[in-house]
Amino acid sequence: MRLLEYQAKELFREYGIRLLDGRSSTSIGEARGHAGELGYPFVIKIQVPVGGRGKAGGVQSCNNPDEFEIRYPQVMNLVIKGEKARAVLLEKMADIKKELYVSLFLNRSKRCYTIIASSEGGVEIESVKSQTIREVGMGDVSRETALEVAGQIGLDGRLADGFADILVRLSRLTVEKEAELAEINPLAITPGDSIIALDGKFVTDDNSNFRHPELAKYQEKSEIEERAEKSGFSLVELDGDIAVVGNGAGLVMSTFDMLSDNGGKPACFLDVGGGATTESVYEALTLISRIRGVKSILVNLYGGIVKTTVVAEAFLRAYESGLIDMPVYAKLKGTESDKAKEMLRDSRTEMFDSVEGAINAAVLGGKKS
Amino acid sequence: MKDIFEVLRGNPGDADHNKKGVIVQGITGAYGSLHTRNMISYGTNVVAGVTPGKGGQKFDDAIPIYNTMSEAVEATGARISAVFVPAKFFLGAAKEALEAGIELLVAIPEHIPIRDTMSALDMAQKKDARIIGPNTPGIMMPGIIKIGIMPPTPFKPGKIAVLSKSGTLLYEISDALSSAGFGQAITIGIGGDPVNGTRLIDAFEMIRDVPDIDGMVVVGEIGGDSEEMLAQLIMDTGFAKPTVAYIAGRAAPKEKRMGHAGAIVMGTYGSAESKISMFNKANIPVAKRPAEVPVLLAKKMENGDGGGSPGTTGGGD
Repeated sequence: MRLLEYQAKELFREYGIRLLDGRSSTSIGEARGHAGELGYPFVIKIQVPVGGRGKAGGVQSCNNPDEFEIRYPQVMNLVIKGEKARAVLLEKMADIKKELYVSLFLNRSKRCYTIIASSEGGVEIESVKSQTIREVGMGDVSRETALEVAGQIGLDGRLADGFADILVRLSRLTVEKEAELAEINPLAITPGDSIIALDGKFVTDDNSNFRHPELAKYQEKSEIEERAEKSGFSLVELDGDIAVVGNGAGLVMSTFDMLSDNGGKPACFLDVGGGATTESVYEALTLISRIRGVKSILVNLYGGIVKTTVVAEAFLRAYESGLIDMPVYAKLKGTESDKAKEMLRDSRTEMFDSVEGAINAAVLGGKKS
Repeated sequence: MKDIFEVLRGNPGDADHNKKGVIVQGITGAYGSLHTRNMISYGTNVVAGVTPGKGGQKFDDAIPIYNTMSEAVEATGARISAVFVPAKFFLGAAKEALEAGIELLVAIPEHIPIRDTMSALDMAQKKDARIIGPNTPGIMMPGIIKIGIMPPTPFKPGKIAVLSKSGTLLYEISDALSSAGFGQAITIGIGGDPVNGTRLIDAFEMIRDVPDIDGMVVVGEIGGDSEEMLAQLIMDTGFAKPTVAYIAGRAAPKEKRMGHAGAIVMGTYGSAESKISMFNKANIPVAKRPAEVPVLLAKKMENGDGGGSPGTTGGGD
């Protein structure tokens, strides 16, 4: 999961990385109290699990209560890349002499952790030419290594020490929480030569959640996502009108791509996992029925060992119980497909031999209605 | 490291040629037992199972069960293991297997913490052993051996190598290949996790110089840069055999995990565009739909055209 900035900073604080004084809130009432505690001026920052918030106006300064009263609701109501504000962070402002960049990330193809550091911070790291990259095995960074990295980005003396200290702490945090990414951008140097984390990005490995009950409070899941997880499904909600269901992540992604190529708009990505049973498909339909804006369902099941009649049974039950009342376009490959087609003959489910056929029908069906 | 084909089928003249022994770790679990039976009915020589506490019993009245991997390896001499234990027990099972001398470990479970995969890989490297997966359907030589959970019907013996991050797309595309007359010499499931025991480049090195392989199909998906690395390797070292790729996830939103732990685009890292453009640079056409893969492969075969030489851009229809 990707933590929000204020959550990442809670971890930074716990590991002794210096921060500015700040408070997060979810309502202006709560934030008014924080404003009093912090004192003006301060910045307000939208908390969303995506990047690019600065450009979208999600970071504003407030010099007095009037500005605060106007800007807090503005920031709170922004939607950035489809993501609504989870909270707003109020934070003191700092005098900055220089901005640096530092991160530790899991290098997937090298299969080790890697430090990226740069003397140019505050911009996207992809656009920075002078980067120091250092592979560090399982992620433990020694003080010697950290000092070398500090030297490579042009720091010396007290600043090198301060930077190395932060890097060692960041690596301890990364290793102990099993993160895929821990990033501080920018890492600011103040006129008094102290080093402060101005922003924080932290991505954990969901598969290690069972070892980290302390991170559970950051887990953010809709009721639908929670139910999906319980059934062993993967579900991503989107804002289109055709729900896409299949077994296997690759197959569902592929169906998704072909649907988009044909002008269809996916409402969700739902992978029901390896096998498909009447119960699992019925549960998938239940989840879809709760997603807003779904007008039809596109099903692509690769039934290696799946009986298609078992899947057809789920559709029939869903119509019978009134769970769904929308067209389903399905490609089911597997055994007993003639019988499955016969079962569904009088229902709103159409069966196709090719996924292309099902996709065309789904896109056309959407245009008709 | 030992040649993968030698590990999977042995050498002509060996007593166990084409029937190499496989040990199943977690043989008595629901998943392990189902797929053990499927592997056996495919013709895989499953010689032992391991479930702590059930040593001395027999699986389906036929296959001896041991408490530990060292006992199982000692009793059978097998060097291949298929792991079906729950994710949180994977690291322990893998260590035990590698310690006992397993040369090829096929890691089926999904949801293994990355740190555990990295620890297992570290140990495999020290022992000169291979790990396929985790989160893989497995590895197979159609008609000879199947280690994993693939259904048998999509696969036919032949001369194509298929390397795939996804399970169901491996089935779907192999099915399309088989129907078009392109049987498979070997199919290797890379797995959908962020860190893979056998990366695309490793799988490619396993098959690149095999005379009985006439062509290669790469089934990639968004996330990481293993497709880019493979394309770069092919450009740098050349590869004369016809190669076609397919990449899933072109329409996936950024920063969302699409089912697989590894299927996520972060910024530009892991995007489908990046992978497709690298394959095109390496003169490897990228199919737009799974069904297009055999069509593009047939075209490449006709032209006697390998990958590796930069120049013409491939791409779908």
